[in-house]
Amino acid sequence: MFKHETVETNAGWLIILTLLAIGVGGLVEIVPLYMIDETVEKVEGVRPYTPLEQRGRDIYIREGCYTCHSQMIRPFRDEMMRYGHYSLAAESQYDHPFQWGSKRTGPDLARLGGKYSNEWHVQHLVAPRSVVPESIMPNYPWLLEDKLDISDISDRMKALKLVGVPYSETKAEFDANVEKFGKDVAEMLDINKATENLIAQAQSGNYDGNKSDITEMDALVAYLQVLGTMVDYSKYDEEYFVNFR
Amino acid sequence: MAETNTQNAAQYNYDIVRKFTIMAIVWAVLGMGVGVWIASELAWPFLNFDLPGLTFGRFRPVHTTLVIFGFGGSALFATSYYVVQRTCQVRLYSDAMAKFTFWGWQIAVGLAAITYMMGYTQGREYAEMTWPIDLLIAVTWVAYFWIYVQTIRRRSQPHIYVANWFYIAFILATALLHIFNNWAAPVNLFSLTSYSFHAGVQDAMTQWWYGHNAVGFFLTAAFLGMMYYFVPKQAGRPVYSYRLSIIHFWALGFMYMWVGTHHLHWTAIPDWTSTLAATFSIMLLMPSWGGMINGIMTLSGAWDKLRTDPIMLFMITALSFYGMSTFEGPLMSLKSVNALSHYTDWTIGHVHSGALGWVALISFGSIYHLLPRLYDTKLYSLRLVYVHFWLATIGIVLYISAMWVAGIGQGLLLRAFDDYGNLAYTFVETVSFLHKPYVVRAIGGMFFVSGVIVMAYNIFMTIRQSKREQAEIEAKLAAKMA
Repeated sequence: MFKHETVETNAGWLIILTLLAIGVGGLVEIVPLYMIDETVEKVEGVRPYTPLEQRGRDIYIREGCYTCHSQMIRPFRDEMMRYGHYSLAAESQYDHPFQWGSKRTGPDLARLGGKYSNEWHVQHLVAPRSVVPESIMPNYPWLLEDKLDISDISDRMKALKLVGVPYSETKAEFDANVEKFGKDVAEMLDINKATENLIAQAQSGNYDGNKSDITEMDALVAYLQVLGTMVDYSKYDEEYFVNFR
Repeated sequence: MAETNTQNAAQYNYDIVRKFTIMAIVWAVLGMGVGVWIASELAWPFLNFDLPGLTFGRFRPVHTTLVIFGFGGSALFATSYYVVQRTCQVRLYSDAMAKFTFWGWQIAVGLAAITYMMGYTQGREYAEMTWPIDLLIAVTWVAYFWIYVQTIRRRSQPHIYVANWFYIAFILATALLHIFNNWAAPVNLFSLTSYSFHAGVQDAMTQWWYGHNAVGFFLTAAFLGMMYYFVPKQAGRPVYSYRLSIIHFWALGFMYMWVGTHHLHWTAIPDWTSTLAATFSIMLLMPSWGGMINGIMTLSGAWDKLRTDPIMLFMITALSFYGMSTFEGPLMSLKSVNALSHYTDWTIGHVHSGALGWVALISFGSIYHLLPRLYDTKLYSLRLVYVHFWLATIGIVLYISAMWVAGIGQGLLLRAFDDYGNLAYTFVETVSFLHKPYVVRAIGGMFFVSGVIVMAYNIFMTIRQSKREQAEIEAKLAAKMA
């Protein structure tokens, strides 16, 4: 019979059995999330970020916004009144890494897009207390001064493509994107046109109120303005989402 | 560092233990100092000073990394290298490799802090290190594992002592978590930025599988290993129940890995994972308390030591906080409680009752036990150990009470409705409410850091005293020879 003494006197057994004991939990909980189809809802509208939005997201991560802001609205009455429809898994399906967060020292940002004007965001990011006197958020004046580094944008998109975001490099991939997202979106996801798309969006959007330069503020505000705006909830019956939970 | 002239020093590699012990204290002062700073930023936002590197978002990972991996990690390296040598009665395998783990680890922690302040991060909580640092950690960790196993294989005792099981589980689990959670594609070979392999819901699951088990194995199992050696040693009594230690070792190792999803209750993660995690979290109370009971009851029959021995006081208080926070944890993992507590400071308070109350206090106790043996002298001052104990305890109580008020208070305000069914408070009104608890929390932190500074002074004086004693002995010897 197998005695515990065997484990206590044999390092090999100890290591193997420990690995078995600690391996199970992760396997059972992580692997099925890739296998079960219902894990991510089937909804229209969710697309990868444009080059400018993705650079904005990079800055969001760089500044550690997730240490105080969540991007995950829970299905509670107070949260839906305060922030809007609860978040779907589909809405973060292109988020590498996810930024659901774990703490709300500031409000949830999952549906921030479109709630405030670009001017408000710029003013708020540069000096939060000038628009919300009770705020305890740091000032981010450098976002308006620092020019956006766009030199490695295609490398960034290629890396994201490698981990599964459908940016296109070849004609076939581009056509697949036209099929899936429509022509306008597919154009924005084309890695070969990344730099010109980025510049064009920053100039037409003019997110930071300064047309001459593309600043980090342009990118960050472009990202904040797209958060939670991709799914048109009027198209879906509430019961539909419940099937996926 | 000068070799002390004891037999033990020749038989065992104490040099590496000393190095890691001193760095544990250095990181504790720095990391907890940063903690007080960021806590103060939340109370008085002007402290961000518009300097990118000091803003809360970049500075907070500096705090968590320095305390968890700098302080906690160095304390674990130090104690595990000491314990494995003493319980196997054999010298540590390969001095050179041990030295490599020392430099690998210290450089990784230092680089992590600097790169966060420069804005390089993976944006994953407690795993913010960029990919080259992750690689350095992986290599260091493999060396650590190899040293540990090779030392155990050379043991002159038939049994592998229970403390070593916990250290091994910690080394294996940390390797597993680190590798799978940090899987990412770098932008290019010269960029520190990378994008995680997983996205959205799968990424969240993987990250909190990592995140909670960094708590479960790095901050719990390993420190239980510490407890299983140093508490019986300091008490001068055997472990209360060997059988209990077997049961709770396997139960703890098996169950912890299931509970990470309780950080994702009510999110877009499928309900089944969340329910599974809550179930295992409740069950986890049993092995957790098994460990606590085994530790505290080791003192049965020698309770009077609590009156005379401040080091014992540290250890037993640590176990009490361990018991408390492993009760609070399962409570917060219930979906109904979590609906209120999640996203609030209650979580922060809970983490700190574990991290300050359990992890830091058991480390302090162990280091106070270790120091005289490493330097072949007496502690410089037992009275300062008492001072440290009370500063630490008052600090923790202020901290966690403030966070209960902040967390439960904010949770209740956010879900309050007026008579017409509208939200009773705006978000920013709850932020104003947080100010007072944030001030109290910062003061609690200051108490705790003051305690650590007292400890650092005590350690510094102990080492100086040891060097003076050595010099005297050598002078006498030289006089005799002459």
